[in-house]
Amino acid sequence: MTNSHSTLTPVLTDIWDAPRSWTLATYRDHRGYEALAKARDTAQADLVELVKGSGLRGRGGAGFPTGLKWSFLPAPDGGPRYLVVNADESEPGTCKDVPLMMANPHVLVEGVAITSYAIGCDHAFIYLRGEVVHVYRRLLAAVREAKEAGLLGDLEITVHAGAGAYICGEETALLDSLEGRRGQPRLKPPFPAVAGLYARPTVVNNVETIASIPAMVLGGSEWFAGLGTPKSAGHGIFSLSGHVTRPGQYEAPLGITLRQLLELAGGVRAGHRLKFWTPGGSSTPLLTQEHLDVPLDYEGVAGAGSMLGTRALQIFDETVSVVRAVSRWIDFYKHESCGKCTPCREGTFWLQQIMHRLEEGRGTADDLQSLSDIAGNILGRSFCALGDAAATPIQSGLTYFRDEFEAGCHTPARELFPPHRSVLHATDSEEVPA
Amino acid sequence: MTTESPSHAAPTVAPGASYPEDVAVRLRADAAVVVARYPDERSALLPLLHLIQSVDSFVSPRGVAFCADVLGLSRAEVSAVATFYSQYKRKPNGRYTVGVCTNTLCAVMGGDDVYDAVSAHLGLGNDETTPDGVVTLERLECNAACDYAPVVMVNWEFFDNVTPDSAVDLVDRLRDGQAVTASRGPVVQDFRAVSRVLAGFEDGLVDDGPGAGDATLVGLRISREHDWRAPAYPSDATQDEADTADAVGHGDGRTGLHEVGEEQSSSDHAAATPSESTVGQRPDQPVDDDAKADDTKGQAT
Ligand SMILES: Cc1cc2nc3c(=O)[nH]c(=O)nc-3n(C[C@H](O)[C@H](O)[C@H](O)COP(=O)(O)O)c2cc1C
Ligand code: SF4
Ligand code: FES
Repeated sequence: MTNSHSTLTPVLTDIWDAPRSWTLATYRDHRGYEALAKARDTAQADLVELVKGSGLRGRGGAGFPTGLKWSFLPAPDGGPRYLVVNADESEPGTCKDVPLMMANPHVLVEGVAITSYAIGCDHAFIYLRGEVVHVYRRLLAAVREAKEAGLLGDLEITVHAGAGAYICGEETALLDSLEGRRGQPRLKPPFPAVAGLYARPTVVNNVETIASIPAMVLGGSEWFAGLGTPKSAGHGIFSLSGHVTRPGQYEAPLGITLRQLLELAGGVRAGHRLKFWTPGGSSTPLLTQEHLDVPLDYEGVAGAGSMLGTRALQIFDETVSVVRAVSRWIDFYKHESCGKCTPCREGTFWLQQIMHRLEEGRGTADDLQSLSDIAGNILGRSFCALGDAAATPIQSGLTYFRDEFEAGCHTPARELFPPHRSVLHATDSEEVPA
Repeated sequence: MTTESPSHAAPTVAPGASYPEDVAVRLRADAAVVVARYPDERSALLPLLHLIQSVDSFVSPRGVAFCADVLGLSRAEVSAVATFYSQYKRKPNGRYTVGVCTNTLCAVMGGDDVYDAVSAHLGLGNDETTPDGVVTLERLECNAACDYAPVVMVNWEFFDNVTPDSAVDLVDRLRDGQAVTASRGPVVQDFRAVSRVLAGFEDGLVDDGPGAGDATLVGLRISREHDWRAPAYPSDATQDEADTADAVGHGDGRTGLHEVGEEQSSSDHAAATPSESTVGQRPDQPVDDDAKADDTKGQAT
């Protein structure tokens, strides 16, 4: 059965093309909830060991070992403990959890049920960003179907819609939001494992992390670790977007390269070449075509000076101005800064002023130095990782494309890189003069 | 602070007194359902604010008062939360929020042009509403659909691979009172109805629309073509040896449902994904050249 030549390895994506893939009936036709039954016959501690042994690392961006996180929960004290699934997916470029929940919400529900059993939780939450209402319908229905079919036993699952705020993806901000407050990060420690939702022990995991549990329970930790690389085990969804011929979702073992993925995706769009890309969303340092063969696993991408993040591969060809791209990401971080700490709140404001000047070709002699200084002052001095993320595209942009930032002192980005050359709907406008 | 405390200082009037009585009765009943979902009642605040928008189309002063009364919070506490989140509106919203993603990737792929075209066509700036009260235009941040860039959300339903022309056409149809169907979702409901879903109440539309669009399936289709799959589960292999007939009868499940999936992807799939041939297009419109280009893009070769 094993096909050792498989470049792609559909596990999570494998039933997405089935008719009515989102229903309980379809999921059960594809062995849905078999893993839950098997898990219930397994000791809780053995499940935690299984996940530890598999080498699964969190799929929400940071890559923290999942089994280890679960094992940080203090011993049961008779009070409640919670599982909270982070379904806030808002990092620019990231588009894997939303299609997963749309096509197969039940695999997440089954993962929630298994995890809840493993950690001793009676009430789990799925915190979904509010801007994807059809995904919410699918999740609500999946939980209802599973409950009505008696699959969940006494477990309560509440699917909760957020209301538009990127920062609520940060796990402690998410918990505050779920408690009905403004979504602002909490001081850590205490970590959520010790004092999370309602100050009780809480596991927060990403959608894809939890959705990976059912297959692992059926396949075993060695099966899981048989995919991927030694320190980055398993399968993961790689999301290609932008200037590729066939953007979309590609599920592969961690460690695949962008070169391999681009081959499958039909390459950069016809007549163009790769200029820069993000390996894991806008919060991960930009890479260039010299990084095509970097293994897309945690160590590989870190070795190239970036981060694997959420495997959100945004591809930009030579028509795109780095200054324009970075400027727009800075608009995003400025808009989404929660305002709790000064370096991020003030720093993103100043970065935005400077980036807008550079984009307009009105940068000053001091602007590049100021950019580096401000980015350097945000990085490592912010209360949460959103601030660091804002500094990231500035620093990597300056590293690889300093000349374009310098050009921003005299020439608008739209003259150097006419935007119409980049758009999807402009098929024949290549020769239109700038 | 010594504020009105939740359960003890009983409000002099029932929550929702500033609503007509029938509305207030309904709101109180719905609020009770929402509150019951959480171990701690304050957690109900975000869904309750969505619920308010399902009645008032924005977070109205009377809605703030209602939430405050239900949860035993001060109005200032409720407002402080409401103003933090971008989906909560401070003034009455149009029947349809048309949100154009202008985060970097969509912007570069055409989102800026889409926004400019719709803005010029309607004469609206960000967060402004047409005089007929039908369309509220918004700039959006990344909406987790970058593989379908440029993306427009209408009342938080996906419109994939839009062009300036298809977006203008879309808002015209909305203003004409025509039904529009999302690329991956149902016929778009009005803002209040969708707000009610966001408060956690199902509306029976879950089975509308496909499970996945073309871009979602692109890797899977390539895998099917090349017969690529994840390794089989070891426990299944053991069982195969022990009982071949049983294994055959079962198919090989999640990691080996290939044979089943193949049939499905050719025949049933087209029916299951109406958006397939009309990505970025309204289903009843002839597919234009742009959309054809999108189509070939979505197909594995
Ligand atoms: C600004 C910011 C936004 C984040 N957004 C998300 C998100 O949308 N989804 C997610 O799973 N993790 C997000 N994270 C990471 C979470 O804080 C947390 O690490 C993660 O949910 C843990 O799950 P995992 O271990 O399964 O990856 C974000 C972090 C930061 C700093
Ligand atoms: S770094 Fe930014 S988002 Fe994070 S706490 Fe500070 S202000 Fe808020
Ligand atoms: S950038 Fe528009 S959906 Fe992600």
